Amino acid sequence: MNRLPGPFDALLTRHGNAPHRLVQILREIQAQQSWLSPDTLSAVASGLGLPLAHVEGVAGFYRFFCGQPVGQYRVLFSDNVTDRMGGSEEMMRHLRHLLKLEPNKMRADGRVSVSSTSCTGLCDQGPAALINHHHIVTRLTPGRIEHMAALIERQVPPSEWPAEWSRVDDQIRLANVKLGTQPAPGAGIAAALARGPQGMLDDLKRSKLRGRGGAGYATGTKWQLCRNARSATHYVVCNADEGEPGTFKDRVLLTSYADTVFEGMTIAGFVVGARKGLVYLRGEYRYLLDALQAVIERRRSQGLLGTSIQGQVGFDFDIEIHVGAGAYVCGEESALIESLEGKRGTPRIRPPFPVERGYLNEPTTVNNVETFCAVTHIAVHTGAWWASIGTPQSTGTKIHSVSGDCERPGLYEYPFGTRIGRILEDCGARDTQAVQVGGPSGVCISAMEFGRRIGFEDVPTAGAFMVFDRTRDMFEVALNFAQFFAHESCGFCTPCRVGTELVVRRMDKLKRGYGSSEDVQVLYELDKLMHGSTHCGLGAAACNPLRDTIAKFRPAYEQHMKSLHFAPGFDMDAELSQARLATGRDDSGAHLETLA
Amino acid sequence: MSTNDRIDALSPGTFMLDGEEIDFGPGESILEAATRTGHYIPHLCWHPEFGAKGSCRLCTVRINGRIGAACTVQAASGQEVQNNTDELNALRKTLLQMIFIEGNHFCPSCEKSGNCRLQATAYDIGMEGPHFEEFYPERRVDASHPDLLLDLNRCILCSLCVRASHDVDRKDVFAIGGHGIHTHLLINSPNGLMADSALQASDRAANVCPVGAILHKRVGFATPIGKRKFDTLAVSEQVEETKP
Repeated sequence: MNRLPGPFDALLTRHGNAPHRLVQILREIQAQQSWLSPDTLSAVASGLGLPLAHVEGVAGFYRFFCGQPVGQYRVLFSDNVTDRMGGSEEMMRHLRHLLKLEPNKMRADGRVSVSSTSCTGLCDQGPAALINHHHIVTRLTPGRIEHMAALIERQVPPSEWPAEWSRVDDQIRLANVKLGTQPAPGAGIAAALARGPQGMLDDLKRSKLRGRGGAGYATGTKWQLCRNARSATHYVVCNADEGEPGTFKDRVLLTSYADTVFEGMTIAGFVVGARKGLVYLRGEYRYLLDALQAVIERRRSQGLLGTSIQGQVGFDFDIEIHVGAGAYVCGEESALIESLEGKRGTPRIRPPFPVERGYLNEPTTVNNVETFCAVTHIAVHTGAWWASIGTPQSTGTKIHSVSGDCERPGLYEYPFGTRIGRILEDCGARDTQAVQVGGPSGVCISAMEFGRRIGFEDVPTAGAFMVFDRTRDMFEVALNFAQFFAHESCGFCTPCRVGTELVVRRMDKLKRGYGSSEDVQVLYELDKLMHGSTHCGLGAAACNPLRDTIAKFRPAYEQHMKSLHFAPGFDMDAELSQARLATGRDDSGAHLETLA
Repeated sequence: MSTNDRIDALSPGTFMLDGEEIDFGPGESILEAATRTGHYIPHLCWHPEFGAKGSCRLCTVRINGRIGAACTVQAASGQEVQNNTDELNALRKTLLQMIFIEGNHFCPSCEKSGNCRLQATAYDIGMEGPHFEEFYPERRVDASHPDLLLDLNRCILCSLCVRASHDVDRKDVFAIGGHGIHTHLLINSPNGLMADSALQASDRAANVCPVGAILHKRVGFATPIGKRKFDTLAVSEQVEETKP
């Protein structure tokens, strides 16, 4: 069938009219047009030969894709609990007030809309905001908000806003291996070449390196399975979808240590026999894209990417960057692969695991940014050296993204086995009530437990370390996390789709003052249900913060209850207001509390 | 995952379902093997003609003590599968209550009553009420099609119509849209209406809905209430026929 020329033909051609480029295509079009109109989706569907409903389904899945006009300026306030602790909610209200905006609605003149978004990974220099899914504003203050409103009214493009606003600091407070002196570009590859693929793999196994993304799977085993999987094509994927609220270490590694990350990916390509590597960069880190591409380009010119790397004939490997579009669940490796393939980021049924059938159904190893960094250091310094750091079950170091109530937020790298109390001392935390280790899906540690140690055998972590002092209401912390999970649930399975929403509704009821111990009991039951029955880890972890805070900070819940016993979910006296109006009564006998 | 698991999964064998020995064929899931041998494991998003989806989670069982969805877990020799236990039926009842409260399911006014797998499964499991507060979402009804009615109030997102339209009809009339609690069914047509889609009453996709979301017009009460599929025999007593 002949097709009329469409408005995006050049863009689609650049992507080879490939359906698996759909997310990238939609992202680029939205960057030009600020939203995805029905006509746009039709044109894309027709250009790629996809059903329109499929394209609508993909567009509707990602939080950064807008099916409605959002205005010339879309301001998204980062909504992690650390942003809230810095006053982000009040600042968002203030900006809306200044711009005469209603929540989540575009102004009638099409100028601006203001909403919130999940953690943008700037917790150590927040509150933060994301403008038009590209520009970052850090360290928001009421002053900056007033200035921002004026700039928006004067239609100053975000690229011309004060440069100081988009300053993002690494804030490396304590460096060990991965944040310390980096190997010269190519040193890791040379060491791997000298050992050969199996030799490098054996050394990686000796290092006992485990994945830094949270699950802690043995990297050597994963690579071995991928290498063993029979196929002409293998892929290496770097999971840079750093979505766990409170985590920002990968942002720094990609900002200042990209060479080490790409070198680790190249070594992976050498070991598993892949010629192509893909970086899945979360949409919130779009601002890093140009610099990362420049590093890739330089490495090509240095003979560290491309064909015959370091002169080794037959060792070809190159890296491409995909940018996400706002979906926490895509941090799960099979959902990430679905997203790379241009689909809704719903986790796959496993097995088969990605190492057997991953990207485009080919064997794929997906590893975290920090894991690839570790690989480069191991290649240079040997697996035995790495295994000598940390504990027998958790070798090497771990980078912690420290934020919240402390004097010196930022990155801290420690060998595994470090006491939580030690990290609190180093970052200048005082009068600490609790630490959320590993983000909302991790563990909430109370003061009694500060002697526990970081490691897979005690307190595992994907890297977040959020500190709460005694002025904080741990119920509010848990509410923020509950809202996060409901917002990020992919909607695929019943227990997570409905359960996360039920949790938020119960928490809201408690917050409104209508809760009772019965509600806490229901929350407890929902936690139990979701822990066993969800399709993926997001749903399973969604109640972790609830369980921990209910168990360890029950008074924080009880102070939100009218009565420890039954209380109705509504205000009975307020319900009588219509009857009072109809009867024209307002005497003491018409009010429940004064009824004789 | 170990290499051995895969070899097991690809060869026939037997596993134990609630103490009874079940034969399975190469590559069969626990649910497939159970159904083929006439054993009931509750399910809504699974259908013997279509591949596993794993989204409703009603077929959750314990396999060697570990929880998993029977439709997605491959049968393997020596598995001890618990299915009809108080613990799992309580979990299923909660999942059913969740499905009821997230949509608008008013059985007495629904012409699918008695033929509805959701209603039948809820009766069978002993669900007596919603337990949770109902969400009462605002959802669309699409009566545009001459022969078919789409009532999204009753859609349970099993995606059987999506798969039937893709796998059997080759029309891709349906897709899943949105995310989280706002996940919903999409119609592939320029204006989103069923009348302008390629759907026909004879399509597999128009005849696979387990609930009253996709209905045929003018036949709603051809079979009177009381004489319908699940009125006469509980869902657990009517295990689907599967192709050999």
